[in-house]
Amino acid sequence: MDSVYKHSRAWKVSWLFVLLAGFSLFFSDIEIISLEPWQELKRLFLGLLTPDWSNFSEIIQAFLQTLAFAILGVAGGSAVGFLLAQIFHWRWIQISCAFIRAIHELFWALIFLQIFGLHPLTGLLAIGLPYAATFAKVYAEILEEGDKSALQAISRNASTISTFFYARLPDLWEHFKTYTSYRLECGLRSSAILGFVGLPTLGYTLSSAFMEGHYSVVWALLLLFYLLIATIRYWVRPALLPVYIIAAPFIVANDSTISFDNVQRFFTEDIIPAPIMRGDSLSESWHWLSDLLVNQALPGIANTVVLTQIALVASGILTLLFFPLISSHFFKPVGRTLGHVLLVILRTTPEYILAYILLQLWGPSMLPAIVALALHNGAIIGHLIGRYSLEIQLRADAGRGLNRYFYELLPRLYGQFLAFLFYRWEIIMRESAILGILGIATLGFYIDSSIQELHFDKAMILIFITALLNVLVDALSRYLRAKLRLTTNVDCRASNDYCTARE
Amino acid sequence: MIQLQSENASYQGVKTLHDIDLKVSEGEKLALVGQSGSGKSTLIKLIYERYPVNTALVPQDYGLVNHLSVFHNVYMGCLDQHSTFYNLVNLIRPKADQVEMVRAILSGLQLEDYLFRPVGRLSGGQKQRVAVARSLFQKGHLLLADEPVSSVDEQQSRVVLKQMLNGFSTVVLALHDIQLALAFCDRIIGLEKGRIVLDSPAKRLTEQDLLSLY
Repeated sequence: MDSVYKHSRAWKVSWLFVLLAGFSLFFSDIEIISLEPWQELKRLFLGLLTPDWSNFSEIIQAFLQTLAFAILGVAGGSAVGFLLAQIFHWRWIQISCAFIRAIHELFWALIFLQIFGLHPLTGLLAIGLPYAATFAKVYAEILEEGDKSALQAISRNASTISTFFYARLPDLWEHFKTYTSYRLECGLRSSAILGFVGLPTLGYTLSSAFMEGHYSVVWALLLLFYLLIATIRYWVRPALLPVYIIAAPFIVANDSTISFDNVQRFFTEDIIPAPIMRGDSLSESWHWLSDLLVNQALPGIANTVVLTQIALVASGILTLLFFPLISSHFFKPVGRTLGHVLLVILRTTPEYILAYILLQLWGPSMLPAIVALALHNGAIIGHLIGRYSLEIQLRADAGRGLNRYFYELLPRLYGQFLAFLFYRWEIIMRESAILGILGIATLGFYIDSSIQELHFDKAMILIFITALLNVLVDALSRYLRAKLRLTTNVDCRASNDYCTARE
Repeated sequence: MIQLQSENASYQGVKTLHDIDLKVSEGEKLALVGQSGSGKSTLIKLIYERYPVNTALVPQDYGLVNHLSVFHNVYMGCLDQHSTFYNLVNLIRPKADQVEMVRAILSGLQLEDYLFRPVGRLSGGQKQRVAVARSLFQKGHLLLADEPVSSVDEQQSRVVLKQMLNGFSTVVLALHDIQLALAFCDRIIGLEKGRIVLDSPAKRLTEQDLLSLY
């Protein structure tokens, strides 16, 4: 029998994504390789009961380094981003920023490690550069959307700087502040994971503790990290920031010096494609390039896309399960508190660390990456949607339980849910690529291997491809949001929630 | 002073002014009257577009910065008369002489008590008077004001209008209150559907004449 009922576009698009993810599952390798995965997981959680603080000075040192790199990177990034935001209407600035943003901090770190070695500049630029590009974009959006009515009444002869400081900045200051302090939280996570490629931050200490099976130390580090993020609004004070910024360079300073030979060699030899360096013929060059594209780029792209699509849908499913946990429409205060604790822990732990831990326990396959990405992103969007659900006023006789969920809340929240999920699509893809460094065959795996084999020319091409893929997904997400009319209003965009969704 | 010849103008893509001919001489006090949507605001904007130099503007939405104090909002009228450095210092530490000048203007508008209060915490009528104060502080040959007393009461309206007319030699006001228009201005321009349908000295008009426009 023909049904008259027509499903919405959002419904169709959602199923399309679910089908794509289901299809991707056939091409993914999902398995648990290690012999006693659950035993190991149990040992890990037993470590939670006995956190080990005995290496206190080492732990504090790792945290100081993490903090200092985050503060310097974010401060530098926001200053440069602020200047770029003023000229963000220039097309080539927009394009360069989109490109720089599309490359993950860890890839930047791998590049700068090659140029500057373990000099602090490596960590500073690895955070500062992509953050500057993101700041430029969001600051420009804030400037664009802010109230411009005061401008019209000001004499046109007044200097641009005076006009800006009087007529624009005061009313936009809160927005800049909220976004920048949110980014500092992201910066702490970025800084922490830079340790995984050798910088002296949290990730370094964490991975060595993990390798040695010292789970009590792992928990000591993680607990302190949660504490640091949870208390961020108490220790990030405008009056204290100058102190931090002055102190940070002394903390990150080390003995390593920049070798100008290295810098020069990087730009004039390392990254120049080998066929050009060797002066190969055209056919030999083509052979080199097609070998790279077919044997590394293509499988890397395929695996990255497969992982991204599965993780995106898994994040969506977890979001829909998570958000009622913190919503007063479903749970009493005690239950909600537990829900909040769970979501805070999941979203505070960088997905890279989650993936690292699960990978150590279950062995290398896509499974740990999917679970890590889904838990982290599901917790972030679940938190946002849960908060958003509080604004819905239900009528007194609204249904309860599942009826309430499917009839009252889900229909009202679904648009917002899709908007947030699409915002994070690009972020999930960037993460999927980077998780390759842990041994999953996404683009990051091939990039990391090329660097290990000192083939920087290949690594640069693969990084370039990764960035293109990201820019493409970002454009696709924007197209879909427009098509489905998933727009967030201005107030919501400037709020902290919007920042969290956008990263 | 002002000379517009068969001008057209659009607002948000819709043509709102047709074939406007208007000549205003130095010293004239003009009131633009007419229904909302008749083109008063667009005409004010158009004049400002043509004659931005030495002109003070009180826009309909006030154009205030909510997070700055009343003092700073009023001072903003004179940003172009000081160096950028001076302006930035004054933003952080108000200059005593500027404060005194602003205070004098505010006292004429019964706003003295709010000198250092953020504009965001004022009522609608108070905000409107701050926008007027800014124009008075700015000075100039010409004042353009779009409904500058729409949110203040009758008695205060008279005080505010008097200040504005004393402060500038040439004034163009958009006013929906025809009593005030007749009492304070010497020339009335009536607008209807984007055209000038009335242009007459105020003393030759009665309230009855203007009611036909509404």
